[in-house]
Amino acid sequence: MEHAIEVKDLTKNYGEITAVNHINFEVRKKEIFGFLGPNGAGKTTTIRILTGVIKPDGGTATIMGHNILKEPLKAKQIISVVPEMANAYINLTAWQNLMLIGELYGVPKKVRQERARHLLRDFKLFERRKHLARGFSKGMKQKLILCMALLTEPQVLFLDEPTSGLDVESARLIRDTIRQYNRDGTTIFLSTHNMEEANRLCDRIAIINHGEIAAIDNPESLRMKSSTLKSVEVSFNKSVSVNELPKNANVTEAKKIGDKIKLYTDEPHSVINSIIDYARSQDLKIISLNTLAPTLEDVFIKLVREYKGD
Amino acid sequence: MLEYPFLEQLKRAFAIAKKNLRIYYKSGPVLIFGLITPCFFFLAFFIGRNLPIQQLFTGLIGMTIFFSSMSIGPAIVPFEARSRTLERLVSTPVSVWALLLGDVIASFLYGLLVTIIPVTIGLVSGVSIIHPLILCLGIFFAAFCFASFGILLSAYPPTDVPSTVMMTSTLVKFPLVFISGIFIPIWEMHDWQRILASFSPLTYFTDLVNYCTQGTSYYSVFVDFAALIGFTLLFLTVAIKIHEKTLPKRL
Ligand SMILES: Nc1ncnc2c1ncn2[C@@H]1O[C@H](COP(=O)(O)OP(=O)(O)O)[C@@H](O)[C@H]1O
Ligand SMILES: [Mg+2]
Repeated sequence: MEHAIEVKDLTKNYGEITAVNHINFEVRKKEIFGFLGPNGAGKTTTIRILTGVIKPDGGTATIMGHNILKEPLKAKQIISVVPEMANAYINLTAWQNLMLIGELYGVPKKVRQERARHLLRDFKLFERRKHLARGFSKGMKQKLILCMALLTEPQVLFLDEPTSGLDVESARLIRDTIRQYNRDGTTIFLSTHNMEEANRLCDRIAIINHGEIAAIDNPESLRMKSSTLKSVEVSFNKSVSVNELPKNANVTEAKKIGDKIKLYTDEPHSVINSIIDYARSQDLKIISLNTLAPTLEDVFIKLVREYKGD
Repeated sequence: MLEYPFLEQLKRAFAIAKKNLRIYYKSGPVLIFGLITPCFFFLAFFIGRNLPIQQLFTGLIGMTIFFSSMSIGPAIVPFEARSRTLERLVSTPVSVWALLLGDVIASFLYGLLVTIIPVTIGLVSGVSIIHPLILCLGIFFAAFCFASFGILLSAYPPTDVPSTVMMTSTLVKFPLVFISGIFIPIWEMHDWQRILASFSPLTYFTDLVNYCTQGTSYYSVFVDFAALIGFTLLFLTVAIKIHEKTLPKRL
């Protein structure tokens, strides 16, 4: 057993929609594996299959060698999950929520109490342990759900967009926790639509779009692949068409978007200079001039295009 | 843990039952369907009919156990789907059968607890119980049977609206009360009524209560228990089969 997670040809359809389309990948032991994609890409569906919540229509998945369909309890016993839309029981206290999870995973009483105390202290929830989760803020609830996932000391931890919609501080605490547990040997499977988050956290990233994996690589290599997707966006006080601008060898693609012109380039510096020269020579006023990092959308379009071979 | 996977799953089922009791015993639908409905039925159909006290007791205890054992169960799964706790629960290493058993146990314990009320009322008002042990066993098996039935009622459709389940289960529960031997002792029924009554698990419980308080019953005690256990197994098996299919659809 070389990998923490092995996914072969996994497929899930919802009626006409193919949410996950014959995907293949492996997650190495003890790495942070990012699953990056826009809304509706199939991230949650994949995580639900891997955590044994829904059944795939085709393909196989193993967690630490346990087939999720044939040995679901063994696989579930060694994983934990922070689902995307999950809630703790709002009519139970923080403490009762944690004890329930401990019991459901068969964590002995002394051990689960000890771990719960530690986790609640680490996440600054200890003072509130006897309060119903009903009164918790969104950030506190998410921290409690993360505590519930960590209480079982999983070998593989799944997190489905764990920081989306959170305040900056809670998000940072959650990222730090992910790093810390990973250093201590936990394999992490993290889904996100936040490219920066994936870059900062992950050892490797799979980019998924429309249920297909467009690329799997480490963040640096992916950035290289998308470096030609940087762009310069400019607007003048008069309408200027794309063809009127002087040709620049560094521009790979130019298009007009509203009153702006967007120039794709991996050398924004030289493009900006040539725009300024052009504006001076034509006596045009520059209303706005921005350099834009590649958007996730740009990366997808490029990577998915390459992936499809056109 | 791995040596006794069955016992371990059973332990986890009890953890789920504990959670259910903590959360649901005081929720609105449970109070309405578990406490108020049986009172209402009892008052509406038994009071003022000049019935002997034994028969009143049979009616009261039958109504109470039937409705209270079925009050928590049907609401749990849709409620969990709605409050978004179901996905985390299904991802834990607990089999579907153990998960549902946890719901059954919670309903069952709630039914047992509430049924103490009519038993106390009966004892205080002088109903003589000839076979107390059989009555206790009867209450035990009947509460478990009705609790299992409640879980079956929530299996389909895979809704996340608790009140939908409450409505559909009411549509099933009320006819089962009317065809049962709770209003008319079975031995006073027409043949067709008796055949109809045999389809309601409540019939066998009221028959047992009649045996325990009046010394007479239509079926033998053995048949009554066998029927309750048979219904229980049927309800549980079908409930687990259907829930296994519908659970993922609720997410
Ligand atoms: N339960 C469901 N029923 C029908 N369609 C679904 C369901 N879950 C997901 N989908 C569809 O499958 C696709 C992938 O969804 P999802 O896995 O949730 O994406 P992501 O998590 O990446 O945003 C979407 O088109 C979504 O509408
Ligand atoms: Mg999602």
